[in-house]
Amino acid sequence: METLNPEELTPPVPEINAEDVKKELLEKYPTKVARKRAKQIVINQVGPEGEVPEIQSNVRTVPGLIGQRGCTYAGCKGVVLGPTRDIVNITHGPIGCGFYSWLTRRNQTKPPGPEDHNFMMYCFSTDMQEEQIVFGGEKKLRQAVQEAYDLFKPKAIGIFATCPVGLIGDDVHAVAREMKEKLGDCNVFAFSCEGYKGVSQSAGHHIANNGIFTHVVGLNDTVQEGKFKINLLGEYNIGGDAFEIERLFEECGFTLISTFSGNSSYDYFANSHTADLNLIMCHRSINYVAEMMETKFGIPWIKINFIGAGATAKSLRKIAKFFDDRELLARVEEVIARELPAVEKVREEVKPRCQGKRAMLFVGGSRAHHYQELFREIGMETIAAGYEFAHRDDYEGRRVLPGIKVDADSRNIEEIHVEPDPQRYRPRLTEEGLARMQEAGIELKDYEGMMPEMCDGSLVIDDISQFETEKLIELYRPDIICAGIKEKYAIQKSGVPMKQLHSYDSGGPYAAFQGAINFYREIDRMVNSKVWKYLQAPWQKHPELAAKYVWE
Amino acid sequence: MLLRHTPNDIQERSALAINPAKTCQPIGAMYAALGIHKCLPHSHGSQGCYAYHRSTLTRHYKEPVMAATSAFTEGASVFGGQANLLQAINNIFSVYEPEVIAVHTTCLSETIGDDIPQIIAKARDEGKIPPGRYVIHANTPSYVGTHVTGFANMVKGMVDYFAQANGHKESWVNIIPGYVEPCDMEEIKRIAGELGVPCILFPDTSGVLNAPQTGRFHMFPAGGVTTADLMRTGSAVGTVALGKLASGPAARALDTKCKVPCEILDLPIGLQATDLFIDTLRQIAGVTVPDSLNIERGRLLDVITDMHQYFFGRKVALAGDPDQLISLTQFLVDIDLWPIHIVTGTPGKKFEARIKEITKEVPHPVNVRAGGDMFLLHQWIRNAPVDLLMGNTYLKYIARDEDIPLVRWGFPILDRIGHSYFPTVGYRGGLRLLEKILDALMDRQDRDAPEEGFELVM
Repeated sequence: METLNPEELTPPVPEINAEDVKKELLEKYPTKVARKRAKQIVINQVGPEGEVPEIQSNVRTVPGLIGQRGCTYAGCKGVVLGPTRDIVNITHGPIGCGFYSWLTRRNQTKPPGPEDHNFMMYCFSTDMQEEQIVFGGEKKLRQAVQEAYDLFKPKAIGIFATCPVGLIGDDVHAVAREMKEKLGDCNVFAFSCEGYKGVSQSAGHHIANNGIFTHVVGLNDTVQEGKFKINLLGEYNIGGDAFEIERLFEECGFTLISTFSGNSSYDYFANSHTADLNLIMCHRSINYVAEMMETKFGIPWIKINFIGAGATAKSLRKIAKFFDDRELLARVEEVIARELPAVEKVREEVKPRCQGKRAMLFVGGSRAHHYQELFREIGMETIAAGYEFAHRDDYEGRRVLPGIKVDADSRNIEEIHVEPDPQRYRPRLTEEGLARMQEAGIELKDYEGMMPEMCDGSLVIDDISQFETEKLIELYRPDIICAGIKEKYAIQKSGVPMKQLHSYDSGGPYAAFQGAINFYREIDRMVNSKVWKYLQAPWQKHPELAAKYVWE
Repeated sequence: MLLRHTPNDIQERSALAINPAKTCQPIGAMYAALGIHKCLPHSHGSQGCYAYHRSTLTRHYKEPVMAATSAFTEGASVFGGQANLLQAINNIFSVYEPEVIAVHTTCLSETIGDDIPQIIAKARDEGKIPPGRYVIHANTPSYVGTHVTGFANMVKGMVDYFAQANGHKESWVNIIPGYVEPCDMEEIKRIAGELGVPCILFPDTSGVLNAPQTGRFHMFPAGGVTTADLMRTGSAVGTVALGKLASGPAARALDTKCKVPCEILDLPIGLQATDLFIDTLRQIAGVTVPDSLNIERGRLLDVITDMHQYFFGRKVALAGDPDQLISLTQFLVDIDLWPIHIVTGTPGKKFEARIKEITKEVPHPVNVRAGGDMFLLHQWIRNAPVDLLMGNTYLKYIARDEDIPLVRWGFPILDRIGHSYFPTVGYRGGLRLLEKILDALMDRQDRDAPEEGFELVM
């Protein structure tokens, strides 16, 4: 059994030419594959105006290459709708899809009371059998909705289509309409999120956004108390992130109307159009809802980021500046001043041990960007990063949106047409307000993307493959890699610590100030762990037998 | 309460499955294929399937789980997945260089009716399969059977593609271990070794899904049955198949294809099932059982006699897979624990009849359901409480709400380790099960004892 020796484990930092690395990554691929991957592997170069090279993304994965991506159903049911506690989410399909997405994402939720609806611990499925594949599954679906209603009396039931449903032609939307009418006091809606649609989870996010916007947003016009009403979009409460952010909001005096969708309730979505500002955390998964809410109700959106202490402070100030209220601005400064010392204390303790170490992040549609900030705060450099399912605007910034070509796979995902609501459209910003935003340097509906914040010469890799991951480890031997559960143990078996940034392993929260402290400590623990020193047994370090015991 | 909406009142459901005690075929096929040395499982479906299967297996084993996908898009779903699979085969052999690609289908590719043997033949004709490499397949539609069925189908696929008869019977015995953990497969090999019976065990995930940390990642770890051995299975003196559902189809296929006779036994979990396994192996190979195994058996018996008072009359609820549940229920009844609620998600009337037979002496009404779910199990427990739960990690929600100790056992176990290292088959495995059961029951007794009844010696 061959083990790694300590010298191999921490080699001197190699001075590698990124062009050579790219060549090595592509060398083994068949020509056509290499040609395609070459467009998805880019060496970063930031221009004076923040312009960056074009990266191909949101395109089909090469069959057989072994990547990170999941499917549309996972993006729709798992990611966006999964964290909402009081919708009965029924998977229409064979049992697997519902089973695998059952409680596996670590979204936490906290219903207000012991009697309040919370279905997150349950997995609901029509458990489709061959009979339904042959004769159709609508009848069983109808019956399943009825049974769910009879058992739980939920206020809403969501139906999620899996691959065979689309193929056999079950009309899930017709069933939803029919059952909604029949049940009377239960909103029933369906999502055509068959796994084969689109090229990744991303299509599922879009479908979920459309569905929630069409069927839920705007159902409750009650205007809540509160001066500074906001929605937080694209925050999924992994490991308790949302709780930490909610605490901060409360201390700052913001009124959180809804979160899409960490620690969320159906009722919050229904009322979300009464907020005055939308904050976008994960741009990829949720920007559609923000855009539609702006068009229909006049709510502007800004990009914020609560990953990293600096980013959190900056985001809070940005929100306060948007509302332009002296008292609010002061309170936000107070909160930041109160929270920062504890963060600084830990940062100073941890930084000397982490300084100069190098990270790679290949994950999701926003985290590969956001977490670079946290690493930077403890002196660690991100030498390569990439998304699993993001689009060009997430890499290069929304400035490239007009130039993105829509291919056949994306065209299959419905773009719903939204018009200003005749009664409820209310632009939150006047001309004067808009001018003030510009003056304050608040970019509305803008996201500058990941690449402008990365170093020149760093590698940006979209939809990375297993082979490329192994090569990067071999060539760079980074100190830590962040990705998902499927990648975790292959990376750790190579002697490199691996942090999951989908589900945070067992950790979290990592958002906001307390989250930053948790993350600094976690990374310190990982990159400075003693365990890697023990890979070799004594007899592997000194295999030659110099002498043997003579027992006297 | 986490499962706050589960009512005591049981209403039969005909359409809605809640909290399933099963999952779909492909994951079982993927697991089985990982038991071939240098084999890359391949999921012929959309990316979500392999992503979910790899994630679940990874969480269960805390090991790399390598597999590939045809990555269907809407186009492939309309026009068929042939182009995707051909491309995948070419890419996999070029980039990852496995010896075998084991293709399993999904509900997607089954619904559109892709003909895998035809696609494999085309790949061969087009020179996409290098010499000495293999592409095998199993049909695993997710809307038929469960993960157990998928496992059985892939193991049968190994026989269909590899087994060859060389014309005479050789000395070795085939052992098909069933849908058990890597350490269980290792333990079964060890027992055969103790008996001095040369065997080919397939599939064999030991050394694949419990591989050591060396600082070096190997896409294809040291473990797994070799293709050479799989070919030799056709010349074995006989096959011992453990677990009727998981191993029966492959054993029967070997008989049909290569005239290798088979004995299909229960999984060797617990005293009686292990006795039967060893006795059968002894007779097939014509060997004497060595004292080492008698000692192991004696130790298991010793613990049962020593601790019988803690087992006797305690009520247990079980969820799991049929092959495992049959043996476990028998073991528990043998030590006078009383299984009163037994659920598997895998359908089958025979299972229910068998469990009824095993539990007929239990002096309580026994609920058993094949094709049931954990929602039903929870309702049964609400109506007739138990002292112990045994099953996969999902039972922890019932355990917490009802305050019942849980012994994690089965698949998947997502929140503890041990299941891939410490076997539950054989006499030693029986000892481990007893230790876990006793720890759970006695910890509870300690926790709940009044101060005056809290005892040092138990």
